[in-house]
Amino acid sequence: MEDEVVLLDFWPSSFAMRVKIALGEKGIKYKCKQEDLFNKSPLLLEMNPIHKKIPVLIHNGKPISESLIILQYIDQVWNHKSPLLPSDPYQRSQALFWADYIDKKIYGIGRRVWMGKEDQEEAKEELMQCLKTLDRELGNKLYFGGQNIGVVDVALVPFTTWFYSYETCGNFSIEAGCPKLVAWAKRCKENYQSVSEALPHPLQIYEYVMELKKRLGLV
Amino acid sequence: MAVVKLLGTWFSPYGHRVIWALKLKGILYEYIEEDVRNKSPSLLQYNPIHKQVPVLVHGGKPICESTVILQYIDEIWPQNPLLPADPYDRAVALFWIKFADDKGLLMSKLYRGNGEEQQAAVKEWLEMLEVMEEHALIGVKKFFGGDEINMVDIAFSFVAHWLGILEDVLGLEIFKPHKFPRVSSWIQNFKSSPIIKDNLPDADKMSTFLKRGREMMLTSKSN
Repeated sequence: MEDEVVLLDFWPSSFAMRVKIALGEKGIKYKCKQEDLFNKSPLLLEMNPIHKKIPVLIHNGKPISESLIILQYIDQVWNHKSPLLPSDPYQRSQALFWADYIDKKIYGIGRRVWMGKEDQEEAKEELMQCLKTLDRELGNKLYFGGQNIGVVDVALVPFTTWFYSYETCGNFSIEAGCPKLVAWAKRCKENYQSVSEALPHPLQIYEYVMELKKRLGLV
Repeated sequence: MAVVKLLGTWFSPYGHRVIWALKLKGILYEYIEEDVRNKSPSLLQYNPIHKQVPVLVHGGKPICESTVILQYIDEIWPQNPLLPADPYDRAVALFWIKFADDKGLLMSKLYRGNGEEQQAAVKEWLEMLEVMEEHALIGVKKFFGGDEINMVDIAFSFVAHWLGILEDVLGLEIFKPHKFPRVSSWIQNFKSSPIIKDNLPDADKMSTFLKRGREMMLTSKSN
C-alpha cells in the first residue's frame, strides 16, 4: 500500500517550510494543500482542532501538528536517508535544545520587528542578540548539523527568507551583525535543493508582509 | 559509572519533572538546590543561554530544558519508557507535552496578575482545563501513559499540584472537580502514584513562600 502524505500549508510560513525541506530531504511524495488562514478549511479545523494552525502533516489520514514534532516524526518513520537528528543521545539533546531556542525566540521577536509598533527598537536588539547567539553556536561549522544539514538548520533556515522584511521594516542590517549566519543561509540554499525549493524569494515575503500590515491597519 | 547531577529549585514543577523521571528509572543522582535570586557560577556555566533550572549534568555534560532533559533520560535509560515507541503515538504524546509546556506559563501569569490581568489569566486556565477534559483525556483510563505514568502525565503535573497551591495563595477557585470529571480523576490517580506522592513540594510551605513573594511583588509594583 502506498503512503498518502498531505501537507496543510501556508506558503509564507517558516514553520511549514521546515516540513517541506524535511519531506524533500527524505524524497517523500506528498500533496500540498494551501490554507487561507483568514478562512480556515473544515479539513484544517478537523485535523488540528486545538490550535487550528498549519503546518499539519496528514499521513495515511492521521494528523501530526507542531513543526518540530512533525520533523521528529518524519525522521523516525522515513529513516532510510538524510537523518535530521544525530544518533548520539547527547548530540540529539543539544540539537533539540537549539531547535527549541529558535522556536521560543525568532518568530515572536521577528513579528515585533516587522509590525513596527512602539516596541520595535527593543525587538530589533533582541533579534540581533538571538541571531548573534546562533551565529556563535554555528561557529566554523558548515552547518549546525555538522557536515550535513540537521534539525537545527531546518528549523532556522526558513526564517532567513524573512530577513529582508525584518531589515527593511526595521531599517537595520542583519548581515553586519551575523556574517557567518548569512553565509550559512546562502550555503544551505546553494547546496540543498530541498531548501531552495521550499523557501520563497525574500521579496515575495516582503510583499506578503506589506499586504498583511495594510490588513492589520499598520500602514 | 558517570555521575548524574540535577540543579533545581524545591518549588518548581520543572525540576520535579526530572526528579520523577530519574526515580521512575531508578537512577541515582546528586541534587543541588539553586537560589534563583543568586545564581551559582555552576548554573551560569551549565546554562549560559537561559540561566535557568532545571539542568541535568551527566558525566560533566549539561542538558537544559526539562522536556529535552526527559527525552535524553528516556534514551539513555530505556527501562520504564516515558514515551511511546510507535512514531504516531509518540508524536501525539509530544503534542500534548508541548501543549502542557506552553500552558505552564499560565502559572506565572496568574501569580503575577492583578485585576483585569488576573481575570484574563483565569479565563485562559479554564480554556486549558476544557481542552484537557474534552480532548487530551479522551480515551485515557488511568494515566496518559496507560497503566503507568509517562512524560505526558509528568508534563501536566502543574495542573495536579501547583494549580491548587496558586488557588490557595490567591484566594481563587478555578478548578471545580464536578465541571472537569476526567481531569479530576486523572489528578487523583497521578497524585496517588508512589513516585509522585512521595516527591511533591509541601503545599503549606509553598503557599507561605508564594504568599510572601506576591506581597513583595505587589508592594514594589505600587511604589
